[in-house]
Amino acid sequence: MTVMREAMFDQWEQPSWWRRLTVWDGLWTLLAVAGSGCAWWFYQFQMDSYEVAILFGSALALVAWGWYWKPARLFVLAVALLALLALWRYGADYELRKSAFLLKYFLESQAAFMWMSALYVLATLVYFAALFGRSTFVGKTATVLTWSATVLGMTGLLVRWRESYLLGADIGHIPVSNLYEVFILFALITALLYLFYEDRHRTRALGGFALLAISGAVAFLLWYTFDREAHHIQPLIPALQSYWMKIHVPANFIGYGAFALAAMVGVAYLLRQRAETHRPDGLLATMLPPSELLDDMMYKTIALGFAAFTIATILGALWAAEAWGGYWSWDPKETWALIVWLNYAAWLHLRLTKGWRGAPMAWWAIVGLLVTLFAFLGVNMFLSGLHSYGTL
Amino acid sequence: MSDPIIAPRPTQRRTLGWVLLEFLGSMNLAITLLVVVAVASIIGTVLQQNQPYSDYVLKFGPFWFEAFDRLGLYDVYGAGWFVAILGFLILSTGVCLYRQVPSMMREMMRFRTQVRLESLRGFHQRAEWRLPGWVSADVLAEITSAFRAGGYRWRIQNHGDHQVAAAMKGRYQRLGYLLTHAAVVVIGIGGLLDGNLWLKLKEWRGAITVETRELAARDVPAASRLAPGAIPAFRGNIMLPEGRAANFVFLRLRDGYVVQELPFAIELKDFQVEYHATGQPKSFVSQVRIHDEEHLGDQPLDATIRVNHPLTYRGYSIYQSDFGDGGSKLELRVWPLAVSRLEPVDVNGEVGGVLKVAGLTGPLDLELTEFRVFNLQPEPDAQPGDRKFRNFGPSVGFKLRDATGEAREYVNYMAPIQLEDRWFFVSGVRAGPGENFTYLHIPADAKNGLDRFLRFNAKLRDEAGLRALLAHAPTLDGNPDIQHDLSLVRLNLVGLFVQGGFAAVMERAKAVVPADRLQEATRLYLEILRDTLAEVFLEVLRAEGVNLEQGVGAREEAFFNDALSALAVLPGYGSPFYLQLTGFQQVEASGLQVTHGGATSMVYTGFMLLSVGVFILFYTSHRRLWAWIADEENGSRLILAGTGNRRQAEFAREFAALEAALTRRLGAPESRREETVMECTTLTSNPSSADGKGE
Repeated sequence: MTVMREAMFDQWEQPSWWRRLTVWDGLWTLLAVAGSGCAWWFYQFQMDSYEVAILFGSALALVAWGWYWKPARLFVLAVALLALLALWRYGADYELRKSAFLLKYFLESQAAFMWMSALYVLATLVYFAALFGRSTFVGKTATVLTWSATVLGMTGLLVRWRESYLLGADIGHIPVSNLYEVFILFALITALLYLFYEDRHRTRALGGFALLAISGAVAFLLWYTFDREAHHIQPLIPALQSYWMKIHVPANFIGYGAFALAAMVGVAYLLRQRAETHRPDGLLATMLPPSELLDDMMYKTIALGFAAFTIATILGALWAAEAWGGYWSWDPKETWALIVWLNYAAWLHLRLTKGWRGAPMAWWAIVGLLVTLFAFLGVNMFLSGLHSYGTL
Repeated sequence: MSDPIIAPRPTQRRTLGWVLLEFLGSMNLAITLLVVVAVASIIGTVLQQNQPYSDYVLKFGPFWFEAFDRLGLYDVYGAGWFVAILGFLILSTGVCLYRQVPSMMREMMRFRTQVRLESLRGFHQRAEWRLPGWVSADVLAEITSAFRAGGYRWRIQNHGDHQVAAAMKGRYQRLGYLLTHAAVVVIGIGGLLDGNLWLKLKEWRGAITVETRELAARDVPAASRLAPGAIPAFRGNIMLPEGRAANFVFLRLRDGYVVQELPFAIELKDFQVEYHATGQPKSFVSQVRIHDEEHLGDQPLDATIRVNHPLTYRGYSIYQSDFGDGGSKLELRVWPLAVSRLEPVDVNGEVGGVLKVAGLTGPLDLELTEFRVFNLQPEPDAQPGDRKFRNFGPSVGFKLRDATGEAREYVNYMAPIQLEDRWFFVSGVRAGPGENFTYLHIPADAKNGLDRFLRFNAKLRDEAGLRALLAHAPTLDGNPDIQHDLSLVRLNLVGLFVQGGFAAVMERAKAVVPADRLQEATRLYLEILRDTLAEVFLEVLRAEGVNLEQGVGAREEAFFNDALSALAVLPGYGSPFYLQLTGFQQVEASGLQVTHGGATSMVYTGFMLLSVGVFILFYTSHRRLWAWIADEENGSRLILAGTGNRRQAEFAREFAALEAALTRRLGAPESRREETVMECTTLTSNPSSADGKGE
């Protein structure tokens, strides 16, 4: 009797996480560990102990990511293969970027970014077409386009990393060092976050909205490339020559990406609310996900962004202590990071303790993105300080 | 963060202290303070902080300068009112924490078996079974098996007519609230202690006065000096020239400073700046030697300090933060530009020093402000995006200040610079810091020197010499009267030209010639001027010993044209001399920042609490399940209800699975929560707070 009872509840019982892992999860782990092991073997002479720790730390993060969200594996594999292909084609000759067909038209970082840009913009249009045409097939196409853009963009960043070393051993650095590079990172992270929620919630209706924010970043990127010639690989100034950059910047952009996604979900929320009162049978009221889901997604992305942004700001403070002699100097960038943090802290308090929901919170999420945008872009444009790593 | 403030119990007496505590711990105050701190912080990012006060006076005028000064806007983050708001935020968080900890602890420890049937029936996640033929003991056994399978812990209480099994899991989620809020208090207090709070306290108590005069450190009076250990924490700066040592740093406060003495001396042995090929700095490296008789004896400590690689010695951290000139020794040659004698004067100067020189209308201060060995700059003819750089070599920057205090800024390059395959001495000039430099290009002569141009220039200002030269010049018809008139005209034209360039010649033409003949006359004037200047130039070449029998070579002709361009802009150059850098001995200075003490470890502890807490707070969930079991006629009744304080969607799924599992065992429930369309519709409220928390 007891045995039967236990067996019955097995269907309810959540097995511990490691018991849920499959052979594929094991293979994935082996692959990630082997990959980072190879990277360590080949490049250890370039790394200090902190960077080795970051390398293996990111390997663990990759493993966890792949366990938590299966499509991430395919993504990582595709990016790794394309990047390795580009590295193999390059060899040690940076000039091949102008002559080798594969590099010149696909995998050279600049080419990859152009593909990424074009695909993101196209995906935006296709997502909206799917929404308005109520077509699942078109929606799937948009998803494929977004994945492709993200794969190429991420490949481009990795290739650019290598290219910076081909340009000169003392120039090489991870490509998250200036406004141009982080804008690409921003687009990629926002896209990945969106794709995660698309997969989890089984709805493509938000694609156009999320991709609109990404297309905005792409528009800036193109202007920055063609008008300001900002795409050249620049050597690092002394303050940036630190392992901290490898963790501080990506953590920050998980935050920024999540906030951007929250704001775009906020837009969708407001449109849906409006549509429900004005045209309850209309397209927006019927095709957009229910308000509760949008509201919950807004909360989840802001919570994620807040957690990531908290970590990023702490990492920034620790770095500042080492580079500028104090973990906090009220530099404009620091101050604006605090403002962003306080803003979302207030948002979360209102939601979690006061139980605020709905339109005011959606508006606040949108205003929050504007505040974030100022911290991220406006500070560089209008204010001067220690943290001036990208000007327009 | 996770739960509303508990409503006061009616029996509690509302003393003043209680009202104050209630106010300080209220969520409304906390949220208001979050927003107020955010808005107040903006001020300091819009208005540049801690600039020289004279800049603020210029910017705002005396009235607003005074008003903003009173508000402390030039150092907002140190201003009393701002610190007070921050203090308030910390206090508010602290009070909130103080009031919440007991109920949080209860929430973590207690299973809440005193639950009423009505409240369970009000839950979103609930199901109710009527179980004919079941005795409550068997139902309870089923339920506890289910709890165990789900990883829940439970307590059972017999209430006589019914039994309650209360279960929970993930109670440590409540730590998320405690950790994050404790972190804010810890970081806040640590941060306040690390600021210049101590210095301000000293000043407030009158133990120290802020020095605003520019004095050498040894001349700073004792009232503005702090002995080592006088304040527990500080952050100070020192600019050390190579080869010099200092056992103090300056602590900036508003428009002044105090001197903080160190228990050891830092000597700068060497300072190096390396550059990338693009002209950006690649590294700043200071080689320092620490002298500390007490701890090191006569064995000084040698160390290297780089950006991102500070040195920590006896609890003092020394950072590379700035660089500059430490008084490079310059050899200068002063060439007069406005007189007919060409007698250069050689002087020696030091960057940062002031030389007295004679000007046309009185003495001038020549302030040597800057010296650079490398000037990596974009190629002058580079297209945008070309990214070609060239090292233009050493340069000296200086200011010429007249008796009224007006100053013009100059930058002179030591070596001639090649432009379109000709070589020039380049000097930039501007009227003030905000403006762009305009450049004077003086052609370099065959010996790569300034002599030829300067002799040419001097000769043009030598009226007697010119008169003699022009009198000898041959004319076409040899008529002495015309000859005389013509020489006068030529003399006049040269005079106009050296005083005001081509513009002055044109002005004169406009003044004396009728409008209908102006164009022709101007052309004629310029032709005569050019011929005259050419004659003087030939004389200069002859005196130099240049062989002119084959005529003037292409190089000399190019030189002549370039010289004319330079002469034409010379009246606007604004300096009565040309300052040539002839030699230098560079002395670099390294800006070091020294920090000591403070509550860094406290702040870092807060960072750790915050990092851990924020993830616990959002990504774990405190879940509760209740089973209310009563015997009924011919069987028993089971009410199952549950709630989770985070991740409600996940909890809703978990509850549904539990319900399904029980359904397979017990049969279909009699009633259950409403079927929801989307998983997320269960998120609207948190019933646990309506349930008499803290019982």
